[in-house]
Amino acid sequence: MTEQPMTKPVIQVENLSKRYRLGQAATLRQRLAEIAGRMRRGGGERAENGDAFWALRDVAFDVQPGEVLGLIGRNGAGKSTLLKILSRITDPTHGQVTLCGRVGSLLEVGTGFHPELTGRENIFLNGAILGMKRAEIKRHFDEIVDFAEVGRVLDTPVERYSSGLYVRLAFAVAAHLEPEILLIDEVLAVGDAAFQRKCLGKMGDVAKQGRTVVFVSHNMAAVSTLCDRSVLLEGGRATFIGDTEQAVQRYLQRGNEQAPVALRDRQDRAGSGDVRLTGISIQNAENPENQFIQSGDPLRVTIRYESDKKLSRPRFLVGIYDPMNQPLFRLDTQVTAQLPESLPAQGEVVCETGPLLATAGVCYVNVAVQLGEEMADHVSQATSFGIEPADVYKTGRGFDRRDSLFLLPQRWRHNAA
Amino acid sequence: MSSTISNPLALPPRDNARPVDVVVIKPQRGMGALDPIELWRRRDLAWVLAMRDLRVRYKQTFLGIAWAVIQPLATMVVLHIFFGRVLGMADKVGGVPYPVFLYAGLLPWTLFANAVTASSNSLVGNAHIMSKVYFPRLLLPLSATLVPVIDYALAFGVLIGLMAWFGVPVTTGVVLIPLLILSTMLAVLGVGVLLASLTVCYRDFRYVVPFMLQLWFFMTPVIYDLEFVPQRYRWLMDLNPMAGTIDAFRGVILSQPINYASWAVSTTVAALTLVVGLVWFAKLERRFADVV
Repeated sequence: MTEQPMTKPVIQVENLSKRYRLGQAATLRQRLAEIAGRMRRGGGERAENGDAFWALRDVAFDVQPGEVLGLIGRNGAGKSTLLKILSRITDPTHGQVTLCGRVGSLLEVGTGFHPELTGRENIFLNGAILGMKRAEIKRHFDEIVDFAEVGRVLDTPVERYSSGLYVRLAFAVAAHLEPEILLIDEVLAVGDAAFQRKCLGKMGDVAKQGRTVVFVSHNMAAVSTLCDRSVLLEGGRATFIGDTEQAVQRYLQRGNEQAPVALRDRQDRAGSGDVRLTGISIQNAENPENQFIQSGDPLRVTIRYESDKKLSRPRFLVGIYDPMNQPLFRLDTQVTAQLPESLPAQGEVVCETGPLLATAGVCYVNVAVQLGEEMADHVSQATSFGIEPADVYKTGRGFDRRDSLFLLPQRWRHNAA
Repeated sequence: MSSTISNPLALPPRDNARPVDVVVIKPQRGMGALDPIELWRRRDLAWVLAMRDLRVRYKQTFLGIAWAVIQPLATMVVLHIFFGRVLGMADKVGGVPYPVFLYAGLLPWTLFANAVTASSNSLVGNAHIMSKVYFPRLLLPLSATLVPVIDYALAFGVLIGLMAWFGVPVTTGVVLIPLLILSTMLAVLGVGVLLASLTVCYRDFRYVVPFMLQLWFFMTPVIYDLEFVPQRYRWLMDLNPMAGTIDAFRGVILSQPINYASWAVSTTVAALTLVVGLVWFAKLERRFADVV
């Protein structure tokens, strides 16, 4: 582990724990019944709703001035909770954090952007939400406009912007925050590659100016580039604190070992909740009994769901990613137009694919269901699977992920000059 | 813990020796939500949020500004037909033109009802921001009152027009109007802040609030005079933070004697509601982000 410089840490996290209650919050009716019950019985305990769940458990670390610290871990490991506590959005249950300096937090790009307001109006709105003073925004206004390359459409409502432009504008505002401590969550997972590089460059500059950055990401390449030290979170505990390379190594190894939480019980989901995805399995379609999936095997993806009513215009989506969070494949019932307009309230949808021509390695699977345009349920890293090497080219040789993500069937010949 | 960096190896303070802010995050920060310094620091945000609501409102509605005037005016016409003409209330209000009587009551009531509705929805309506950024949450119900206040100012213009049309003279009593607006805002903030935190925790309040305001309207002397209420029930009326204020406002407009006692009681009730609302809000504030 690297020698710690003897300065006073800018961020001091001590024995931090956060407990969430599972299940629904008490409704007014339950609360009233409880009060009535207490009055009748005279005293008594408040009814506990559901079980407790520790999103963070005794996490402690320090961050030195000017350091760029990575926070890595699988979904549900507690990264977002930690970042929310550091940003003061939510309170810890135990422990404390001491922050020395002005804090800017960037948990998403474009927080508070209003689609009907113009780019100019949104710059002021978003800047103020992120904690900038009006005068500060005015001072940086031209830089922000230049950085985002919005120029001509500055006075057009942002709802008419392309998604790329929207993200550029949102990031540009955030990039001009001047906090001593910057907390960043995943925001670089958006935008085109060129813009991502520009953002990474900007973040590098921020670090060089002596600011302290805490950076949460699934993008291991970005973490490796930017962070000197990293904290690996697993199941709410910090299991490794130190050199980023080692942290990333461990993260990638553990990816395969951890018993995943059943999809039905996952708490880190998004969407309206009108449909609940209760299970996903990925099998070898040719031979479902076979535990292994090899390069070139067809897949059978089975998604189970439940809902209170019939699903109207359902769209099931499956995204398959490599550990660097690069998208490999996408399965989509809408693009392929193979599901009926309506489905029963529960059941399973099954997709059989053609040969999986990808190189060996771990894959993570995101799954989502929409009803019409509305996201009904979404779980990131719902499951993972490994692709075992196979002799696709029938030569005993092949490629690995360092060479290529995909295995393209290829036929070579020679033409005489 | 000390807030200065004492170590000689520490980085020199940046930006012409700006003092370092030290924040300690611990469970339960008590009344931190009401920290006036923090609120003042983020006043730009309150303003920007209020301007957002204003801009969006005028961009979204076809009639834009006209709504501010149409709402109380149309209500006045309908109430005048039913209560004034059909039920004969017009003859029972001491010889003043009933439309002016009604409008002078509707004006502060509309401010109250619209601002309370906006405040109580402000936290739920900005849930996406609350779950991503920290700022004093109290700014939301506060900034939500700007649009109703602007509407009020516009609707006030109509009152002046009505007074001129019906030949109601303006008297020196009008100097009390700023104080009456202050009383109204006290009631708005008290009820609004209280309902805002309740709406986050119990979603039923989204439906309770409009219904409650509807009943509240009839229990407030807008279509009738405070004098109509039998003495036995007057104390009940006085508990309504808007009753005395609306009565006094109308007294000023129609140059009638002002019931200072009722106004004072209403204002006191409003102030107490605000205290209760703020304490309740501070108690629940730290839970908002977890439940929205």
